[in-house]
Amino acid sequence: MAEYLAIWLPSWLAYTLAALVHVTLVLVVVLIAAAAFTWAERKVAGRLQDRLGPTRVGGRFGWLQALADGLKLVSKEDIVPAAADPFLFRIAPYLSFCASFTVFLAIPFANGWVGQNLDIAVFFVLAVAGLEVLGVILGGYASGSKWSLFGAMREAAQVVSYEIPLALCAAVPVMVAGSMNLVAIGNQQDGWFWNWLVFHDPFTFITLFVYITCAVASVNRAPFDLAEAESELVAGFLTEYSGFRWSVFFMAEYASMFAVSILASILFLGGWNGPVPITHWLGMVADPAAGYVPHPLWAYVGNLLGMCNILTKGTLGVIFMMWLRWTLPRLRIDQVMTVCLKYCIPLAAAMFLGAMLYTFSFPEGLLWHRSPGTAASFSSPGVHAWDGGGDTMKNEPLQGAFARARTQSTGSLGVRGKPLEGAPAGLHRHRDPGVNAWARERLLSADSVDRSRCDPLDRRRATPVAARGGC
Amino acid sequence: MGIDWYSLFFYVLAAAACGFALAVVLSGNIVRMAFHLVMSLGAVAGLFFLAGADFVGALQLMIYVGGTLVLLVFGVMLTARGPFVSMQTSPGQWVLVGIVGAALLAVLLQAALSVGRWAEHGEVAAAPVAETRSTSGAIGMGLLGVRVDRLDTDRTNPASSDGMSGYLLPFEVISVHLVVVLVGAAYLARARRRIGSPNQPAAPVRALNGTPNP
Repeated sequence: MAEYLAIWLPSWLAYTLAALVHVTLVLVVVLIAAAAFTWAERKVAGRLQDRLGPTRVGGRFGWLQALADGLKLVSKEDIVPAAADPFLFRIAPYLSFCASFTVFLAIPFANGWVGQNLDIAVFFVLAVAGLEVLGVILGGYASGSKWSLFGAMREAAQVVSYEIPLALCAAVPVMVAGSMNLVAIGNQQDGWFWNWLVFHDPFTFITLFVYITCAVASVNRAPFDLAEAESELVAGFLTEYSGFRWSVFFMAEYASMFAVSILASILFLGGWNGPVPITHWLGMVADPAAGYVPHPLWAYVGNLLGMCNILTKGTLGVIFMMWLRWTLPRLRIDQVMTVCLKYCIPLAAAMFLGAMLYTFSFPEGLLWHRSPGTAASFSSPGVHAWDGGGDTMKNEPLQGAFARARTQSTGSLGVRGKPLEGAPAGLHRHRDPGVNAWARERLLSADSVDRSRCDPLDRRRATPVAARGGC
Repeated sequence: MGIDWYSLFFYVLAAAACGFALAVVLSGNIVRMAFHLVMSLGAVAGLFFLAGADFVGALQLMIYVGGTLVLLVFGVMLTARGPFVSMQTSPGQWVLVGIVGAALLAVLLQAALSVGRWAEHGEVAAAPVAETRSTSGAIGMGLLGVRVDRLDTDRTNPASSDGMSGYLLPFEVISVHLVVVLVGAAYLARARRRIGSPNQPAAPVRALNGTPNP
């Protein structure tokens, strides 16, 4: 975009404008989502409690209720308690919001529609999402109130504990996909819904539910909302906050909910690839096997549909959390810790081990849809704007790295001097026999790599050795 | 008129890192220090991202900004006796800190300025960031023992592995070590088991050193 604008504008202005447009787009997603979710929360809560929820503001369904809430909050007095540390008290909500907002920097909304296409997007998202608790701790401490301090301590203990099973759960699809790049993970689940990683094997299926539990806990939603337990702590770390700063905390919370939901939909539920491959039928996705490249505008429409798809999945995830909140009673703090330490972490670790053994034992899959031909018809070599942003080895030396390491025979796979053929047979197995043979051939000779055979979807089947040596 | 965005962001982040680092030293309130430390470390993470080392940047965010600071705030909150802890620094401590800091700065400056390439090849620093962005693949290969930056070196002599031996074994050793430390900490910090109901006096439990608990 910056290059396009630079045709007419001076380059510094073009870059500034392009950056502003991108930031504003992401900010709008976060803010609109927060506004819509406050309204949805009221409606969902109302329906679950057999009442109507807001009905009057803005005509039918009370759809302007969020705006009215916002106006009320902004017009409230901004109070800083006398006992508070004013500087930290003022800045804490923005810290929380910054962390929640920065998560969206690395989250793709469609194939290639991402602020920064990071190689390590999953890691980045988990790292930044964990920073939200800092604002909560500082706010709770700086309030100078016992309720706030108790709430902050509870939240800190809870979030820090639940980060571990959350990361373990996120590691399972990362391992199955062979990449931490969210765009690459999303593209691998192309086609029908049985290509989604949640249906990859029984272990990823269970992992999704562990992930949901940990995600709900890590964003402090009921039944894990100990930090704001109204019946015990007034409002927890929010006790002394009012008006705009309170609403900033809430925007951060809704942004985090949305972020973990979208992350779940990319890691497990196909991301922007719908249950039905409509965009393929309409010819919006390139198909290099047939030599087909869609018109840029048509591909753009396809991406737009994909974005609607992923936003729908994320919204459904948030509504699921609301459903949980208004259905389940709040847990005690010891129960929260028990769920984390005694159930979630062992379960996530077991699922990680199971998924690893499964992908190692059955690289071609057990189920019928893993047979060659079904999934491959939607994904042929070199598809999907696989622009090298993934863990494809762009660097020329990397392409023959394993091959050279093997030929020089000083050992790269741990055992010095042991040739690569000594590796287990499963290490080279691949769904497509042709690709398999090709990968092996590439491993054995350090020639240049035929890039057209690098297929993102096939990479899931490939073991890391074959994938990295080949692509 | 062109703005070098790379340099601009570098200066902004570097100034933030240095400024907040100074604020850590100069402020008296211990939680504010923690906050300033978060900001300083976060700015350093931003510098890593700017340099294209996204993996190191994310590690900085997760380990330093996230983990250490949460632990620090925990420690402060659990050990503080008053509501807002302030630290008084005596002049002698200032002198000591000044000497240590100046010595460290001198060492770092000497090391940084002695790297010849910076002075000789000015265009290296201005290389496009996008080309050096994906570093995680190379780092992962390095862990397995394939140094992509040294593939051309002669490796016919297996004795001179030259960093090509991989780091899996040290990594595993450190991991097991950390697990042992964690289990040990959990064992030491565990609650004593109570036998009988809470209302009745607990039966004597043997402590770690073998003497019965009162």
